[in-house]
Amino acid sequence: MASLDRTARAFLLTELVSGFALTLKYMFKPKVTVNYPHEKGPLGPRFRGEHALRRYPNGEERCIACKLCEAICPAQAITIEAEPRDDGSRRTTRYDIDMTKCIYCGFCQEACPVDAIVEGPNFEFSTETREELMYNKDKLLANGDRWESLIAANLHADAAYR
Amino acid sequence: MSADLIQFFTTNWLGQAIVILAQCLAVTVPLLVSVAYMTYVDRKVWASIQLRRGPNVVGPFGLLQPFADGLKLVLKETIIPSSANAVLFVIAPMITFMTALVAWAVVPFDDGWVIADINVGILYLFAISSLGVYGIIIAGWASNSKYAFLGALRSAAQMVSYEVSIGFVLITVLLCVGSLNLSDVVIAQSGWFWNWLFLPLLPMFVIFFVSALAETNRTPFDLPMSEAELVAGFHTEYSAMTFGLFFLGEYANMILLSAMGAVLFLGGWMSPIPHAPFTYVPGVVWFALKIAFLLFVFSWTKGTLPRYRYDQLMRLGWKVFLPVSLGWVVLTAAVLQFGGWVPKS
Repeated sequence: MASLDRTARAFLLTELVSGFALTLKYMFKPKVTVNYPHEKGPLGPRFRGEHALRRYPNGEERCIACKLCEAICPAQAITIEAEPRDDGSRRTTRYDIDMTKCIYCGFCQEACPVDAIVEGPNFEFSTETREELMYNKDKLLANGDRWESLIAANLHADAAYR
Repeated sequence: MSADLIQFFTTNWLGQAIVILAQCLAVTVPLLVSVAYMTYVDRKVWASIQLRRGPNVVGPFGLLQPFADGLKLVLKETIIPSSANAVLFVIAPMITFMTALVAWAVVPFDDGWVIADINVGILYLFAISSLGVYGIIIAGWASNSKYAFLGALRSAAQMVSYEVSIGFVLITVLLCVGSLNLSDVVIAQSGWFWNWLFLPLLPMFVIFFVSALAETNRTPFDLPMSEAELVAGFHTEYSAMTFGLFFLGEYANMILLSAMGAVLFLGGWMSPIPHAPFTYVPGVVWFALKIAFLLFVFSWTKGTLPRYRYDQLMRLGWKVFLPVSLGWVVLTAAVLQFGGWVPKS
C-alpha cells in the first residue's frame, strides 16, 4: 500500500506542485533587497570604515606621534615620521596610511591614547587609481574635519562599552 | 496601378522574393525582440522568487537592460582559441541560431498567418529541432577543450534522449487531430478551452513540457552548464557575439518550444471562450499570451528546481518518459479506435 501511495504521488507530481506553489507565493512577497545607492542599511557606532585624524575643538590636531598605531598595525599600513614643532610639542611631520594594505581591523583606533586616529562611518571611498588610496596626513585630517560630527557621536554612543 | 502591384508581388520573381523577405522579417524581428525581453523577464522572475529586485537600473524598471547586454556582447572581442578549428568554431553558433529561427516558418500565428503552410509541419519542426544538436556538438568538438567537449557530449545525449519522448507526444497529438499541418492542429481545437488538447492529453502535456525543458537545456536539466563540473559546457570557449548567438539560439528555442506547446496543446490562436468580447481580441494576441504563459513557467521552473544528476536525467528520459509516452500512444490509439473518435480526413 505504501508503495502504491508513493507511486501515485510520484506520478501526480505532488512534490513538484507544492514546490512550485511555494515559489509562486514567494514571488509576491515584498523584496528584501536594499536599493543600495538610493537607500542604505543601518551602521553600528563601531563600524570600521575610512580612517580620519581628529582635532581638538580648538583646532589643534590630537595626534602626538606616539606611533602606537604604527606599531600595532598588523598590515604595516601606517608610516609615521615625527619632529618637535617650533612650540616644542611633539607632532607628526608625516602620517601616511596605505589604504590598499589596511585590513580595517581597528587596532590603530584602539591603540590611540588620544582618540586621534579613528575609523569613521564612511565606506564609499573607492577611487579610479591606486595612488589615490595612499592617504597622507592632509587627506586624513580633511576626513576628520568632514566626518567629525558623526565620529564624535559614534564614539560617545560606544564609550560606555569600552 | 494597384492591379499592377498585385501582379508584381504575386507573379514576378522579384516581387515574390520581396514578399518572402518581408514575411521573414515580420517573424524574426519580433522574435529577436522577445528573445531580448525573455532574458529580462527571466531575471525578473528569478529575482522575485528569491525576494530580490532584479535588473532595475538601465532604463525605467531596467527595461533597457537586454539592449545593454546585447551591446556589450557585440562590442567585445571574439576570441578564437589557437588550438580550435576556426571554421567550425565560428559556424557552430550560427547553426544553433539558424535552426532556432528556421523552425518558425511553419508556426501558425493566426488563421492563415503562416509563412509555409505545409502539410508536414510537425515533421518539419521535429527534424529542425533535431538539427540543433549539430551546432552544439560541433561547438564542443571545434573548441578543442575538455570541458566544452564533455559539455557537448552531455547536451547531445540529453537532447537526443528527450526528443524520443517528444516524438511520441507529437504522435499522440496527431492521432487525435488526424493531420500533420499545424494550422489543422489548431483548427481541430476550436471552440471552448476544454476542446484544447491539454485536458484529454494532460500527462502528455506534462511530458512535453518537461522534455522541452531538457531539449532547451534549461533547469532542472541544465547539466551541460553545470558550472562546478564543466565551467560553461559546450560554450566554455566562446566569447562576444559567438556566445551571443548561442544565447539567442537557446532562448529562441525556448520560445519555439513554447509556441509548439501552445499550438499542440493550448489551441494556438484560439480564444479560450468563443464568445463576443474574447473573439474581438486578435488571434495573434491569444497565441502570444499562451507562449508568454509557457515561457513564464520556464522561468518559474528555473527559480524552483535544483539540477538533476546526469544519471538521474538519463533514467528519467529512458526509463520513465519513454515507456509512459509509448504507453499513452497505445492507449490513445486504442481509445480513439474503439470509442469511434478517429478523426476523418
